[in-house]
Amino acid sequence: MAHVLEPRAKTLSEAGAEAPYGLIGALDPRMRIVLACVFAIVTVALSTISALIAALSVSACLLLLSRLPIRRTLKRMAMMDSFIIGMLLLLPFTMPGDAIFSIFGFAASWQGLWKAVEIALTANAVILALMVLVGTQEPVTLGQALHRLRCPDVLVHLLMFTIRYIEVLREEYLRLRGAMKTRGFRPGTNWHTYRSFGYLVGMMLVRAIERSERILAAMKCRGFSGQFLLLQDFALTRRDYAFALMLCAICAGLLYLDTL
Amino acid sequence: MHIVDGALANPVVIGGAIAAAGGITLGLKSLDLERIPTAGMLSASFFVASLIHVPVGPSSVHLILNGLAGLLLGWAAFPALFVGLLLQAVFFGFGGLTVLGVNTVTIALPAVCVGLLLKPMIARGRPLNGAIWGGIGGALAIAGTAVMVGLALALSGDAFLPAAKLVFFAHIPIMVIEAVLTGFAVLLARQVKPELFSPTPSL
Repeated sequence: MAHVLEPRAKTLSEAGAEAPYGLIGALDPRMRIVLACVFAIVTVALSTISALIAALSVSACLLLLSRLPIRRTLKRMAMMDSFIIGMLLLLPFTMPGDAIFSIFGFAASWQGLWKAVEIALTANAVILALMVLVGTQEPVTLGQALHRLRCPDVLVHLLMFTIRYIEVLREEYLRLRGAMKTRGFRPGTNWHTYRSFGYLVGMMLVRAIERSERILAAMKCRGFSGQFLLLQDFALTRRDYAFALMLCAICAGLLYLDTL
Repeated sequence: MHIVDGALANPVVIGGAIAAAGGITLGLKSLDLERIPTAGMLSASFFVASLIHVPVGPSSVHLILNGLAGLLLGWAAFPALFVGLLLQAVFFGFGGLTVLGVNTVTIALPAVCVGLLLKPMIARGRPLNGAIWGGIGGALAIAGTAVMVGLALALSGDAFLPAAKLVFFAHIPIMVIEAVLTGFAVLLARQVKPELFSPTPSL
């Protein structure tokens, strides 16, 4: 799925192709989804800095195990941090407590600073674990695994459609942008730019709706009845159980560390 | 604006998850086999649209377009936008996992409200009329999102109050841009494919 941001692998690879993500890639997708949720809930429940640092280290270890490109993954994580940096910088000044220093008469408090550090650690630990455990799956595998985890059928259908057509629609978007560029369109802060982007969005939506009508006709013609034909079979192996047991033990350890 | 894990108080996170589950259930009920391809297509469109960066002065903002999503999808905007947020969290690392419910509600609930309120106005009259209502809807949806993000932060502790205000004011330029873009998108859709907003075969 990374290709939406960077031109890389395809969304739909060969069904059943071997995942390249080391130890993590070999684990059962369903187990990875459940474990990611467990780890996220445990991490959010932690409140001491030492336990949160430990949780972030666990995520980092998972990253190493998964053989994901480390720099690219961390860069993506940093991108999320850039979203929240404003709020985190504000916190020390808005939370009452013992003063550290003051700027223009606004006192920064230790309590606020620790709270900000706490949020940053939690957010990064959870998102990193999620990207490593679930983000390494093929998007289609994610859909099938969610189906096996008894997500509502319609929701999984919707997810599969979205996954399938993001790439198609993105190509269409790039084609339209290319056409605009060859006609000398240069985006800036002006009415013309906003009007052009508005028409661009409108055009994309109209084309998407028309495409969906063709898809529906094609599906009907092939007798689609709302049933899933699953190409992948999932089976829990001893390795899955061992990994799940280990991660749950680590989670219990984190919770214990938090009470110390 | 994505809220991340660990920022909100537990009751807010749990409340958000329950509200999101309710909204998604309602949305899924409105989707039958005939409408799934359209909803999936629109969900993918809004995902791609969120990658478009529009220049504002020296900086740029990315589009949300939840008002337009609500106008086109109605209640189905809930599952459609949830799917987009799920994919963003899992594959791009935007947002978080436990706050997925809160993030869904902050974006989809204003979208649904705008859709239910303004959809009849969009289809009526000349295309320009529809476009103006579309613009109003685009602005309202972003305002609703900003208010709800602010509310989620404010409910989590008084220390977040300034941050909540900051979020609201930071959304004002986005409101203006989304209004203009949604307006023109509706204008084009009304001219090219007038039946898109007609009330009967709605989503």
